[in-house]
Amino acid sequence: MKKYAPAVILALLALVPLVGFSSYSMHVLILVVMWSIIGMAWNLLGGYCGQVSFGHAAFFGVGAYTSGIIYYHLGWSAWWGLPLSVVVVTLFSLVIGYICLRLRGPYFALATLAVGVILRVTAENLDKFTQGDLGIMLKERTWVEKIWYYYIVLILAAGTFWIIRKVIRSKLGYYFVAIREDQDAAESLGIDTTLYKTIALCLSGVLTGFAGVFYMNYMGYIDPKVVFALHDISIVAIMVVMVGGVATYWGPAIGAVIMVLLAEFIRSMPKLGAAHQTLFGVLLIVIIIFLPNGIAGDIPKLKRLLRLKGTGS
Amino acid sequence: MTAPQVEVLLQTLIAGILLGGLYALIGIGMTLIMGVMKIINLAHGELMMVAMYIAYWLFVLFHVDPYLSVLIAAPALFLLGVAIQKFLISPVLKVDSILPENQVILTVGIGMVLANLATLFFKSDYRSTPVDYATKAWYLSDYWKSSPVDLSLSYAWTISFLIAVFITILLWFFLTKTDTGKSIRAMSQDSEAALLMGVNVGRMRMITFGLGSALVGAAGCLFIPIYYLYPDLGGQFTLIAFVITILGGLGSTVGAIFGGVILGVFESLTATYIGMGWAPVGRFVIFIAVLIFLPGGVASLLRRRRLGR
Repeated sequence: MKKYAPAVILALLALVPLVGFSSYSMHVLILVVMWSIIGMAWNLLGGYCGQVSFGHAAFFGVGAYTSGIIYYHLGWSAWWGLPLSVVVVTLFSLVIGYICLRLRGPYFALATLAVGVILRVTAENLDKFTQGDLGIMLKERTWVEKIWYYYIVLILAAGTFWIIRKVIRSKLGYYFVAIREDQDAAESLGIDTTLYKTIALCLSGVLTGFAGVFYMNYMGYIDPKVVFALHDISIVAIMVVMVGGVATYWGPAIGAVIMVLLAEFIRSMPKLGAAHQTLFGVLLIVIIIFLPNGIAGDIPKLKRLLRLKGTGS
Repeated sequence: MTAPQVEVLLQTLIAGILLGGLYALIGIGMTLIMGVMKIINLAHGELMMVAMYIAYWLFVLFHVDPYLSVLIAAPALFLLGVAIQKFLISPVLKVDSILPENQVILTVGIGMVLANLATLFFKSDYRSTPVDYATKAWYLSDYWKSSPVDLSLSYAWTISFLIAVFITILLWFFLTKTDTGKSIRAMSQDSEAALLMGVNVGRMRMITFGLGSALVGAAGCLFIPIYYLYPDLGGQFTLIAFVITILGGLGSTVGAIFGGVILGVFESLTATYIGMGWAPVGRFVIFIAVLIFLPGGVASLLRRRRLGR
């Protein structure tokens, strides 16, 4: 049964739009799936390989801008961004990896944070190339119906899930975990840590880039402040994984559901809307203190807590 | 170079050094925390923002001069830092988790809460303290009539710079002459050995976090006469503090001073010769250049000199 769980869940998700949701519910659903892609990608680098990135907005934004720029300057369909972003994001990740992967732990985290900010400022200032703060807008979106976007993002997410599971179950995955647990020990066992960390970064970057390309096509508008956002992309990517479960297959999906629903819920409350970062911050603090491995990662702990409550009452 | 060009260059350098002095104060706070606790405090800029609001409201409500409010804001920030360490960070140090960077992510959460609360309470307006000396300046031509170049020195910038230097000297005395200071330095060298030598590690952590917060709080008060204030300014200064610590060498106080001045001068040069909007990029270009060419920062250069290599 467990073996078929991903296929069953995919089939169920594919059937969901047939129920006939409103356009808004479909939008929320699309966001959930998109965020689970970003979360899974972050999890590959952060959760499995132990390289916590604070700058995943950089990959997201590079993907989005690849597709936006070929649309704006060359007049191609923005969907060509999907294959093209693989090349662009890989090259970009190699550069980032060369610079940042010599740092460890928190220093790597902050260096990636800086990368995200550098890209935002660069995109704002290179206004000939990226339109600066005006942003890039698609004159018309491919479809009006959201259902097609939903299927595309679902295929992307299923692909991401499949790739990540394949990678983690292969030798590569064991190398990643070894690097996370003890980089020096891994190196002494003959693992080329720089190479494998770079591979993890490139894979994670490309997958995040896909989400960026999709975002460009779906939303039809990007500007540097939106796609290179520190709090609204990079930090939320971390939160999706932290809340859902670090180094688990399903954690990012669970986290994405919780985070997107929470964000939408907070936004719908007129009084709470302005306080959404406070609530996110408090949630982050509470999760880190009480469930450091996230909901899916700390299931035994949650069960124990629930049972304690059950027997106590 | 013609005289006006020299004038622009000199003026840019002066502005850079004055800015650098203030940056150094922010950087020292971060490097202290980093050295002792081995974590990066990503709420550093937000703590500075809190201090700036304290100074701002003291000025608006009670007409306390921003420079005097250092004496109120810095202790307040010390207490805030101690509380954060005691109730939030130290519980996380004990929790077992997959990712060791949990504490860093925790400080991000703290920063988000602080910035957002400031937005809620004070609105996201840009504010500044209209002190009467903010626009006054000394001019070189007033003192030296036949000077070939004319340079000016803003009152507020100069006073802020001098106070920053004074605080840095005080800190140096504290770290080298007092028992507490020596314990802090011992912990940043080897916290386990310090524990064995009878240093109260838990208490020192609290004091260090408080001290780091107080320093950045003081820097906030010094910034307020010359800068404007808005709730989201923290993130930018957190990054500045981090760039300074990398530039100076992780955990090195002397390095942070050099790092602050280098960064100040460099930013000032980019702003003058390339363009205002690019100043943040210049900041990160220097950051990446340091990571590639001088991974140990200025501190590694100093150490090499001392070893005679």
